[in-house]
This record gives sequence, structure tokens and C-alpha cells, in this order.
Amino acid sequence: MTISRKLFAIIFAALAGVSLPATHAVAAGGKAKELKHGEWSFSGPFGQYDQDALQRGYQVYETICSSCHGLEFMYFRNLGQKDGPFYLDKCPAGIPDSVDCSNPNDNPVVKAIAENYKFQITDGPDEFGDMFQRTALPSDPIPGPFPNEQIARLANNGAYPPNLSLITKARHHGVDYVYSLLSGYEEPPSTVEIPVGQYYNPYYPGDMTQYLKPEYLDEEGHVREGVKVPLGGVFAMASPLADGIVEYADGTPMTVEQYAADVTHFLAWAAEPKMEARKSLGFVTLIYLVILAGLLYWSYRRIWAETPH
Amino acid sequence: MDHPSTYKPNTGVEKWLDERLPIVRMGADFMEFPTPKNLNYWWTFGAILVVCLVIQIITGVVLAMHYTPHTDFAFASVEKIMRDVNYGWLLRYVHANGASMFFLAVFIHMMRGMYYGSYKAPREMSWILGVVIFLLMMATAFMGYVLPWGQMSYWGATVITNLFSAIPVVGDSIRTLLWGGFSVDNPTLNRFFSLHYLLPFAIFGVVGLHIWAFHTTGNNNPTGVNVKNVKKDTVPFHPYFTVKDGFAIVVFLILFGVFVFFNPNALGHADNYIEADPLVTPASIVPEWYFLPFYAILRAITFDLGPISSKLGGVIAMFSSILVLFVLPWLDTSKVRSMRYRPVARLWFFLFIVACIFLGWLGGKPAEGVYVVMAQIGTAYYFGFFLIILPLLGIMETTKPLPRSIAEAVLKQPKPEPTGMSGSGAAVPAE
Repeated sequence: MTISRKLFAIIFAALAGVSLPATHAVAAGGKAKELKHGEWSFSGPFGQYDQDALQRGYQVYETICSSCHGLEFMYFRNLGQKDGPFYLDKCPAGIPDSVDCSNPNDNPVVKAIAENYKFQITDGPDEFGDMFQRTALPSDPIPGPFPNEQIARLANNGAYPPNLSLITKARHHGVDYVYSLLSGYEEPPSTVEIPVGQYYNPYYPGDMTQYLKPEYLDEEGHVREGVKVPLGGVFAMASPLADGIVEYADGTPMTVEQYAADVTHFLAWAAEPKMEARKSLGFVTLIYLVILAGLLYWSYRRIWAETPH
Repeated sequence: MDHPSTYKPNTGVEKWLDERLPIVRMGADFMEFPTPKNLNYWWTFGAILVVCLVIQIITGVVLAMHYTPHTDFAFASVEKIMRDVNYGWLLRYVHANGASMFFLAVFIHMMRGMYYGSYKAPREMSWILGVVIFLLMMATAFMGYVLPWGQMSYWGATVITNLFSAIPVVGDSIRTLLWGGFSVDNPTLNRFFSLHYLLPFAIFGVVGLHIWAFHTTGNNNPTGVNVKNVKKDTVPFHPYFTVKDGFAIVVFLILFGVFVFFNPNALGHADNYIEADPLVTPASIVPEWYFLPFYAILRAITFDLGPISSKLGGVIAMFSSILVLFVLPWLDTSKVRSMRYRPVARLWFFLFIVACIFLGWLGGKPAEGVYVVMAQIGTAYYFGFFLIILPLLGIMETTKPLPRSIAEAVLKQPKPEPTGMSGSGAAVPAE
């Protein structure tokens, strides 16, 4: 017994001792700036989307982002579905009573957005065997800017603009990441030289070591003592937003910060359009389960009352 | 534990059926099964696991109605489920989080078996069948994670299937067979989908055998002492344990619901919301959390051992970490089942749990520098626990005296009215 106790102590000490340096082991390599935390109406168990923010965010997407980024898996009709940016409880004045505007396909706003969208739908083949272009309907997928990846890369300096419909779920802390990235562009520090067609962003996960000017590196290419490697990375997207670039009709400030917050709000909805239904069903389910657990516990106490165990 | 059947067919139809197919009798006997009265909440995880399996099968069957097992359409079909199928988001989030809940429950269930010595004679078959179920679960979960065809699906499948190529002589052929070609591609996705649908039913069958086995031997219990007197030591399964298991199941479902409804992606990986791209390797390829300890063991072997390359060594270590469980009943030499009466073994066991969690944490870290050394220490302890500590402890340790019977152990516990078979003694639920 004493031998095994001793062995136990040795192994325990070894495990404890070796795990200490672990906290310091992560420092090497490129690091990005700590993300900004936005104020999101949809965070937390009670959080909901803000329809005004969704509408403004869609406006930013359509005006700016959609030139390079698609919204794969999304249809115009999604914009008018329950909890969506342009959902209507009842029709605005001037629409016949027979129309149900809560049906996204009959939603006049969604119909107008589809009809006037900057890209058309490629349909066909027609009776002559030819493909043709036509205006979009609410039932159509939202067309992306490029017909294929090759053209997208050709137009974007070799980079492929990612699909945005899942972007807030496809990045770690995606909501704060998209918001920080869009509102966080700054001039590159003087210690680095950024290649043409690439842009610096302190929130982009990358490694700035390779962009340090030669005078900050020693003969072997290592970073000189005392030189700080800037946070962040470079990528192919220039800052897409500028103050006043999108015209808001509701008096909301037209700043980069506000645009970034709004379009992030919209993209969070695009990635999780069923979030509100999920949370409300969750509450009903949990309340039901808690009551059921209480009843079962009470039954358990009753049934076992006469039995020591 | 054979017990006399108390079922009395009352109606003519029941009598007729009972003489031809005594299925009602079987159900009635199951409900009457004499169960040790001192089973604590750790014993409820068996029932919780049955619920997990049923939830996975039901949600899985419905998801399969909407899913397309093709590399060009799989990712989009999952998004279709999330966006357009009625309650598709619920089905998918329940199924995805259900896998995590299933593993959480199975880990607790296995640790309970180890702590209370449930694998010891005469329950070796229950334990071995349990390990078979665990292996099937791992295979099913691994293949299920490939189906959404995200980046982690694709690269996880690539890493794990490549492991098989380390096997001498036949390794490459096995890998080609798994792939159905020369890389992870559409044939791989198709066969993984087929097997992912098949294996849960195999699990269901083995679960039946697992239950049959411990219904033959009777349940173990927290004292590890055999049932001496069925009347004094046991209670019928129903209503005593249906209500206790039922309560535990609902508490477990509350935890399940918190994940599904309020944090459905917490246990997943962001990269799996990017469609699989064979040309872009993710920054780090990590499996789901429940595979991390085994992944750490795989990567801990960074050295060649004679003719065994480090890669093959890692594969051997990883598979051995599960295969060793098959022989656990014969590695543990102690005659005392429950670690309640094995104070020294208990310390080593808690350290074993620490090592498993430690390895799980390391599985999510890059395999470099100090992490490799730590993983090697964790792996050494993992195997040392089974191969050195347990065999030696049974010979060297001093155990505490065992209670004479379950009834005695129950009555000895400090309770408000320690003498009474009646009164409020049962107010405190078992530990």
C-alpha cells in the first residue's frame, strides 16, 4: 500500500508539474487583435433580431457586399419569412384584401427587391434550346455575383470571396469577428510593407512576420530583438465601407461603425434564420421538462418513502 | 438473476397468446425484475443511454428523408434541412447535439462500471458487450460527422482513414476499400452514409444482449456485494426504478435542451460550416470533443519503436486504448468489486479520470513541443492504470470490510431514523 501511495504521489506531481508551462506555450506565431464585442439584440437566451437593423443590414449587403459575395442557400422569399427583414404581418395600404402579405411570395417588398435585383436569373433552356436572363421572383435563389469560382478569382486578385450566408457560424466568434473586421480596418504599421492588392486588418487571423521590412529582420530572417510583430494579417478585401456610402432613410447614423453592426446583424440572421422560433420553443420545452422533473421527483419520493435505500 | 414469473394471464386472449408467444410475460417479468434497492443515480445512465439511442434513431431516420449523400449536394441538403424543412433545424440540432449527449452519458456509464467493479465476475459479458457498443458508437459517430460534408468532415475523414494505411501489408488495401477509390470522395460519402444508417440498429441489437446479460447475473450495486436475500435486498424494477430513472432522464433532457435550444453550435466546430474543399486544409484538424482523448493518444507516439513506425505505433496505441477494456475483467485482480471499500484504488481511479480529461484537453492542442510530452505522460498513465496499477493493487492493497448484505449497508447509513423500515429514512435520495 505504501509503495502504491508513493507511486501515486510521483505521478500526480509529474502531471501537475508538466501542465504548468502549458499556459505560456501559446504565445508563438501570428495573433489577431482581440475582437470587439458588439451590442447584439439577438444574443442571450431571450435575444431577438431587430427588424430595423435587419433591413438596414440587408441594404448594406445589397449595395456593397453583394458585388463580390453571394448568399448561397438563400432565396428572396427568405427575406419575407417570419422573423426575416421584410416580414409583413398585414399588407400595406393599397393592396387588395385577397392578398396575404405574410406569405413571402406575395410580400410586395420582397417582390420589388427580387424584380430590381442587380443580378438576373439565368433560366432555360427555352424552346430554341438557349439559356436566357430574366428578372428574379421571390421563389428564386438570390443570385451571386459570379457564375463560377474561376471568374470570381480572376476578378478578385486570385482570392475567392466566401459565401456570406453562413459566415457568422463559419468563423470562431463569427458575429463579433465579422463586425470587428468590417469596422476595424486601419493603416498598416510603419514596420511592415504590404504587397499591392492586399490589405491590412488587425482582426484578420494571419501572421505579419513575413511582411516586416528587411531592416527589422536579422541576417537569418528572424525578427530582431525588440521589434514587435503587428497584430492581424493581410487579405484581398479592401475596406468595403466608408462613412455615408449607403443612404439610410430612417435617420440612423451613416457611419462605418453603424454599417458594420447592421450588416453583421443581417448576416447573423442569414446564418440562423430560425433562431427566434428555436428560442421560443426552447422555453416551452424547458418549462415543460422542469415541471415534469418536479412531478417525477415527487413521485419518486412517494414511491420510495417506505423503502430505505 | 432468474426470478419466478409472477405474470397471470387474465383474459382469454392473453392466455391464448401466452401459450404461443409469451411476449406479454416477458415484458411483465422485465418490469418485475428484482433490482438492488441501493442503486444510486450513477445507475440511471443505462436508461438515459437507451433514450439517447432512440432519439438518435428517430431524428436520424427523418433527417435521412431530406439528406442527399453526394459530394455536390450533401452540404446544400443540410442547409435545406436547416432552412426549409419544417422543424428541420430542430431535427438536426437534436441529432448533432444528441451525439455529444450520448457520449457524455456513455463516459459516465463506463466510469460508473469501473468505479463499482461492475465488469468483474460474473458480469464480464455485460462489460464486454458494453465495450462492443462503445466501439460501434465511435464508428457511427465518426461516419455521421462526415455526412454534412463540411471542412472538418472531409479532413477528419481524410486523417482517420489514412491511419489504416499504417497497418503493414494490407494497410493500403484497407484504406482503398474504406475510400472506395483513391481519396476521400463521393464513394466514401456513400458508404459512410450507408453504414451510418446501419450501425445504430446493430447497436440496438447489442444493447439487447447487454441487458440480457446483466438480467442473467443481476445488477451490480454500489456495495458490490451480491444479493443475499431477494426480499430484503431488492425491489421490483417497476415502479421503483422506472420512476427514479424517469426523473434522471428528464433532468438529463433539460441539459440536452439547453444545448439544442440555446447553444446548438457550442460543441461543434466553425469550420464545418464551410463546405468541404479538398484543396484547402484547415489550420488545425480536430475531431469532435468525445474523440479528443483517443486523438491525443494517437499523436503521443512520436517515436519509432524498432520496426514499428511512429505512425503505426500511434494507431496501435489508439486502438489498444479501447481494446484494453475488453480484458479489464482479468486485469483487475481484486476480489472486492466496489471502490468504496478500496481506498487506495479509489485514488488511482480518480487520477485515471484526471488523465482522461487531461488527454482530452491535449487532443485539442497542436501536437508540438510540451504538449507531446504531456500527452505521452497521460498515455503512459492511461495504460499504466490498466496494465500495472490494477493488477498490482489487487494483491497489495488493504481493503475496508464489506457489509454483510445490501440491506445491512442500507440500514447502516446515517439517516434520521436509522432503525426504521418506515418513516422518513428514505427522504434523502441515494448518493
